[in-house]
Amino acid sequence: MANAAGVLVIVELADGKPISLVFEQLGLAKRLSEKLGGSVAVALLGSGVEAVAQDLIAQGADKVYVAEHPLLSDYQSDAWLPVVAKIVEAAAPAAILVGNTTLGTDLAPRLAFRLGAGVAMGCVEMNADGGKLQAVRSCFGNKAREKISFKTAVVVATIKPKSQEPFVRDGARSGETIKIAVDIQASAVRTTLISREKEKTEGVKLENASVVVAGGRGLGGPEGFRDLEKLAGLLKGAVGASRVAVDLGWVPPSWQIGLTGKTVTPEVYFAIGISGASHHLAGCGGSKAIVAINSDAEAAIFNDAKFGIIGDLKAIVPALIEEVRKAKA
Amino acid sequence: MHIIVCAKQIQNPEIATSVFRVDEQTNKIIPVAGMPLVMSPFDEQCMEAALRIREKLGEVKITIISLGPKSTKDVIKHGLSMGADEGVILDEEGLEGGDGYTTALMLSEAIKKLGEYDLILTGRQAADWDAGLVGPGLSEMLGVPAITFAKNVQVEGRRVKVVRVVEDGFETVEAVLPAIVTISNELGEARKPNLRETMKAARKPTKNMTAADLGLDASRLGAAGARRVLEKLYIPTKDGKCDFVQGGSPEELAANLVRKLQEAKLI
Ligand SMILES: Cc1cc2nc3c(=O)[nH]c(=O)nc-3n(C[C@H](O)[C@H](O)[C@H](O)COP(=O)(O)OP(=O)(O)OC[C@H]3O[C@@H](n4cnc5c(N)ncnc54)[C@H](O)[C@@H]3O)c2cc1C
Ligand SMILES: Nc1ncnc2c1ncn2[C@@H]1O[C@H](COP(=O)(O)O)[C@@H](O)[C@H]1O
Repeated sequence: MANAAGVLVIVELADGKPISLVFEQLGLAKRLSEKLGGSVAVALLGSGVEAVAQDLIAQGADKVYVAEHPLLSDYQSDAWLPVVAKIVEAAAPAAILVGNTTLGTDLAPRLAFRLGAGVAMGCVEMNADGGKLQAVRSCFGNKAREKISFKTAVVVATIKPKSQEPFVRDGARSGETIKIAVDIQASAVRTTLISREKEKTEGVKLENASVVVAGGRGLGGPEGFRDLEKLAGLLKGAVGASRVAVDLGWVPPSWQIGLTGKTVTPEVYFAIGISGASHHLAGCGGSKAIVAINSDAEAAIFNDAKFGIIGDLKAIVPALIEEVRKAKA
Repeated sequence: MHIIVCAKQIQNPEIATSVFRVDEQTNKIIPVAGMPLVMSPFDEQCMEAALRIREKLGEVKITIISLGPKSTKDVIKHGLSMGADEGVILDEEGLEGGDGYTTALMLSEAIKKLGEYDLILTGRQAADWDAGLVGPGLSEMLGVPAITFAKNVQVEGRRVKVVRVVEDGFETVEAVLPAIVTISNELGEARKPNLRETMKAARKPTKNMTAADLGLDASRLGAAGARRVLEKLYIPTKDGKCDFVQGGSPEELAANLVRKLQEAKLI
């Protein structure tokens, strides 16, 4: 792809709608395409998804490549990869932006290896000064950052959620929709989805919450999380956890915040009985304000916290629930 | 049944942020003195997954393979002491500075030399660079299906059944063997090396392979073969100062915190 230009965004849908990360990818795509030349294209794969194309155009896409097939509706890499590769051939982008989600982190490395492209996962910054792509990502458990460039004409990057300003929606934008013929044989898809176990979330979703109340080993057991639920309920927030709390079986894995868990950027993030390991901060370091409650004055979390209380959470959390209740009354 | 576990030797990932240092001249981490290198934790969990399969099925051979410097023999020994049957060391000397691509290339060529295999296990990411490339990369290079982020791996006949962790719960996915599975921490704690296996470890067969043995030209490996260039490795600075809330009682502390949060218009 000698004349690679522009940016291709891979679209991930949930319940038929693009996940919010797609709009962040589009915001970045627009900024990069201004330096790389070319347009912003998106790859929209699924079954019965064409209606989403207009929405993507309003969100910054110039071209929407639509590939529809029943085998594309539930992501399996074997089904998606040849189709995405075909769209890459048609769009000839210099950069391919994928969401750093379970889907994206499964797809992106394989796509890059298939295309012979350079690849970087979990990027928090990307630039194209002088037409040369550079990416910044966390490494060493979020203790360090690396800035990298690439020797290849095409680059695949997964984008960390909440790291990019989304494109500002403009309903008046126009764009082109291009249909891609799909011819996949069921036998070429070597993995089979047998079942799905979806967790019920009551109230606010962790990823979207403006207040997150997170607990760690310091809570001493699953009961401690019932108090955090009360506090979160009063603040219309959601509850999260450190990996230790998940590993100990106190709360489900979907509550985990951090490097190998979710990324959240609420207005307020309560870190209660959490020591503040770099791996944990990877998922909450972008919050507007971290409030730490910890009995150890030396806990690392206080280096990242805006407000801190040194003390026993067992006494402070109930008092805090009372004070918030009063304040909200 | 033959399972291949890919394992990398790294600096202990649990060291405190306060002692972690990088050399910005060479773009390398400065090893913490007196801190032994370890097997990357997700790779220990690959060993655990393999051992659980062996406990269920009986006849299972486990090969542990690692690319790295001389000290990598310790990671192989650790794997053998956990219960692996055979070790393979890929010599990285003179081939440093590679990336996920060069690593997967060398591993895949070595794996092709190991004969028949049914399952390859890799970590979801190595806990040094957190790259997350080699597992899916091997899938492309070897032409074998991959299932990522496994919490539970079971082999039933010629199929592997994997419970994988996704954003809002779990998925159960199957593939026909041979297959690659990448392991996530939800698999659960890896066992410690046991005395019996440790005693046997020294007598278990260990192969050494170099790029030349694999017919790979050095220009395709290490920094020369890498597709990415490391421009800069650095530790991000933290600007924030913590405002410690004061108070004589839990109630007072809580009230003062709520007041501060309200003043800052955060709640
Ligand atoms: C490769 C890798 C990936 C990882 N990914 C993640 C990740 O995604 N997310 C994550 O969270 N972790 C992750 N970890 C683990 C991480 O390194 C830490 O071990 C973990 O975050 C610690 O959890 P914690 O803070 O709950 O427990 P601890 O570190 O044990 O901290 C407990 C804290 O509670 C305080 N405390 C105890 N009792 C009280 C009390 N009564 N009142 C007030 N305070 C109290 C203690 O002072 C302490 O600071 C990862 C680790 C590795 C190696
Ligand atoms: N040098 C290596 N030797 C053996 N296996 C490796 C090596 N590097 C990576 N791997 C495997 O690939 C997984 C993912 O690594 P990475 O893609 O580097 O994040 C690791 O958890 C290992 O299972």
